[in-house]
Amino acid sequence: MEKLKIETRIVIPGEFIDELGNKETGLGTYIKNNKIYSEVIGILRNGESEVSVIPLNCKYIPKHGDRIIGKVKSIEMSGWMIDINSPYIGFLPVSEGVEEFVDNRTDISQFFNLGDIILCRVSRVTNNKSTQCSMKDNLARKLVDGVIIKVTPSKIPRIIGKSGSMINLIKEKTGTDIFTGQNGIVWIGGKNSDTAIKAIELINK
Amino acid sequence: MGGKSDIKLIDNGKRIDGRSLDDTRNVKIDMDIINVADGSARVEFGNTIALSSVYGPRELFPRFMQKPNTGILRAKYNMAPFSVDDRKRPGLDRRSQEISKVMVNAIEPMLFLEDYPKSVVDVFVEIIQADGSTRVTGINAASIAIAAAGIPMRNIVTSCSVGKIEDSLVVDLDGKEDNFGSCDLAIAMATETREITLLQMDGAVSKDELKSLLEKAENTCKKIFEKQKEALRNLYKK
Repeated sequence: MEKLKIETRIVIPGEFIDELGNKETGLGTYIKNNKIYSEVIGILRNGESEVSVIPLNCKYIPKHGDRIIGKVKSIEMSGWMIDINSPYIGFLPVSEGVEEFVDNRTDISQFFNLGDIILCRVSRVTNNKSTQCSMKDNLARKLVDGVIIKVTPSKIPRIIGKSGSMINLIKEKTGTDIFTGQNGIVWIGGKNSDTAIKAIELINK
Repeated sequence: MGGKSDIKLIDNGKRIDGRSLDDTRNVKIDMDIINVADGSARVEFGNTIALSSVYGPRELFPRFMQKPNTGILRAKYNMAPFSVDDRKRPGLDRRSQEISKVMVNAIEPMLFLEDYPKSVVDVFVEIIQADGSTRVTGINAASIAIAAAGIPMRNIVTSCSVGKIEDSLVVDLDGKEDNFGSCDLAIAMATETREITLLQMDGAVSKDELKSLLEKAENTCKKIFEKQKEALRNLYKK
């Protein structure tokens, strides 16, 4: 089992972690002269076969398949520009955003308007990080009547918890509806959102 | 540099502020002082105080500056008008442009900017109190602010100044020593790999003196690096 021998501590950039050996290196590490070093300040996870560093502070970089929450920033000829809380902008083409056929005389703002919050999936990322989003996903939807808060993207797994335990607890106890995006945006809907925000900010600390 | 002082800068192996030749001034590092920034730091070397804040990686405007294969680093060094005895005329001048440029050169090789195409990392260094060695204080502050912002980097850059006053080699020059000494050398390096990313010298020294200056600089950088590490580790300790 991977869990048996796992080393966890805070590392800083350039800190020597381990000899490379047969280990696989993940996020937050780099290899130089067959040695593994950390490239960010974060929590080291040094297992038997895998090494990674979970950054304590980072920016979201779009990755294929990520489920994210974004805000419609502008409406273009053939789709929407979406602010995805990242150095890069997501583009949602009409064909990926709407299921029905839309001819070019239709005003596409009737589907998503400026400022709308949407939950979508990253369907394509090119080498220079041009990002395409898609609503063709079973969870993808427009999120209405809620608030969004920003957290560190690497803390999202902690907010969700093991198979959703943490987030379900917060949902249950506060009676709110919560969606998390892997880009570090959490959407909270429902009456009791203040308590839920407090809970999430506590986890994010 | 090169002026004549009426006081003795070194007396009996002691410098004007009572330090010995190999002593640095008091180094103090505070982290996370600017809330809106992604990472920030305040570094004090005696009376020299530098604030640094880092934003990014973020979208780069104007768009023509974007590079399709790599991100870029922009640095801005600025001295506050009240940071020196005579009021400094605010704004960009030749000196601050030069220091901004050498700061980029000192830090850029340590960053994995190729992972962030089309984006920019903005570094702002503000000197609010100047008493010699401001560029090295600025680089020290910028380097840990970048690390705190979570931007991937190979190593943390540490920087210090060494110099020559009245035939003796000293480390960490303050304002007076800088003005009246005979040589001033600023160095920035990744202490763990011994890579030097900045080497600027003003004045004249012999080859042997330069060699021992570099040695002194490395030892000083190691000391400062320990402080930087400690500050970064304490950042997330509650």
